[in-house]
Amino acid sequence: MDAILAQFFNLEIMAKALPLVLKGLGVTLLICAVVIPLGLAGGLLAALGSVSRNRALRWASIGFVDFFRALPPLVLLIFIYAGLPFAGLRLSPFAAVTIAFFLNNSAYFAEILRAGLLSVPRGQGEAARSTGMSATQTLAWVTLPQAVRNVLPDLLSNAVEIVKLTSLASVVSLGEMLHAAGLVRSITYNASPLMLAAGLYLVLLWPLIRVIGRFERRIAS
Amino acid sequence: MDVFLDTFLNPAVLAKYAPAILEGAVVTVILSVLIVLSGIALGTALACLRAYRVRPVSALIVVYADILRALPPLVLILLFFFGLPNVGVTLSASLVLYVVLTLVLAAFAEEIVWAGITATPKGQWEAARSTGLGFTQALGHVVLPQAVRMVIPPLTNRAIAITKMTALGMVIGVPDILGQATTAQSFSANASPLTLAAAAYLVLFLPFVIASRWLEARFSGPGG
Repeated sequence: MDAILAQFFNLEIMAKALPLVLKGLGVTLLICAVVIPLGLAGGLLAALGSVSRNRALRWASIGFVDFFRALPPLVLLIFIYAGLPFAGLRLSPFAAVTIAFFLNNSAYFAEILRAGLLSVPRGQGEAARSTGMSATQTLAWVTLPQAVRNVLPDLLSNAVEIVKLTSLASVVSLGEMLHAAGLVRSITYNASPLMLAAGLYLVLLWPLIRVIGRFERRIAS
Repeated sequence: MDVFLDTFLNPAVLAKYAPAILEGAVVTVILSVLIVLSGIALGTALACLRAYRVRPVSALIVVYADILRALPPLVLILLFFFGLPNVGVTLSASLVLYVVLTLVLAAFAEEIVWAGITATPKGQWEAARSTGLGFTQALGHVVLPQAVRMVIPPLTNRAIAITKMTALGMVIGVPDILGQATTAQSFSANASPLTLAAAAYLVLFLPFVIASRWLEARFSGPGG
């Protein structure tokens, strides 16, 4: 029991790790702030493509989405970070993470937004067009708001997945929260910094998971 | 163009490391199958346990599912791999990966199957009980089969997402596809093994991604 406390809940080591881990948390949040809006934008484009009437565009969009849903994000990240330099393209860890997660998140957001767009009755768009709105106006003011509302729980749980995904950035030495905690662990040979990071992830994500659960129940009932 | 081919599709490098990647693919497939089977079994068992509505038991299950859904799997992998040996429990890298991903998939599966159980109409329970079935029989023979049918698409998506995470094993030295590829890449100083790895993942997972698209189209729409 003492060994477990000393190995996983060593407050002294946690206190020492705290400043570095908090700095890492800042980087984690920064990655999210860049990657979530980018993923939403890319996802919207791919979703619009996948419900378009143009056959080539539709297949290209679906191909894009399936490709990046089948490829593990870590494989993509390592390909971009460690593979591209051989061809003379050396990216910073932050740039590599941004590109890899943009592609991965776009695919997942596209699939959710596509379901949202398909859930809006056709008549809504037609009615909006018949009042004289342009196609863009119809999308922005009529179709998209309803689509987003219908899939809001899924969009939120994908955002949670992205926050968790940022931990992969530690593999390419980007100093986010897990990287910071792992660094202190490797110096102290003690797992408490990792427990500290785990605790912070819980503080960050548990409330969100509860809120999503409530949303889902409200929509179901 | 030549630089590109030489870097990413170098025939000599591809031929040399194809056997290693193939070995990695066997590891990935075995781990994936085991994780899906035990994760879904454990998750379904937990959801059934929750159906008995014994308060402390249900509360424990909810806390378990919430924590495992909120933590990044990589954090758990590092905790198990680097933390446990110091308290006398040493697991191999592959075993750590299997245990962690099974626990994570079980947490998601529990929530998904539970949603299916609560969405099954009350009349199904009542009708089953009124024919003389006990609670456990009603759950096992009437409610659970309907619940599982309802949640096949989200369960499939989640199982694919989690088995893709076997690639995280590379961080602790599991000789899976990505692990083999990164080793080969550093030996050959060439990116072709990574191309091969990406192709291997696509071959393994693309059929399931496409099948899940088909499942969703089939199980959604009017009448469910």
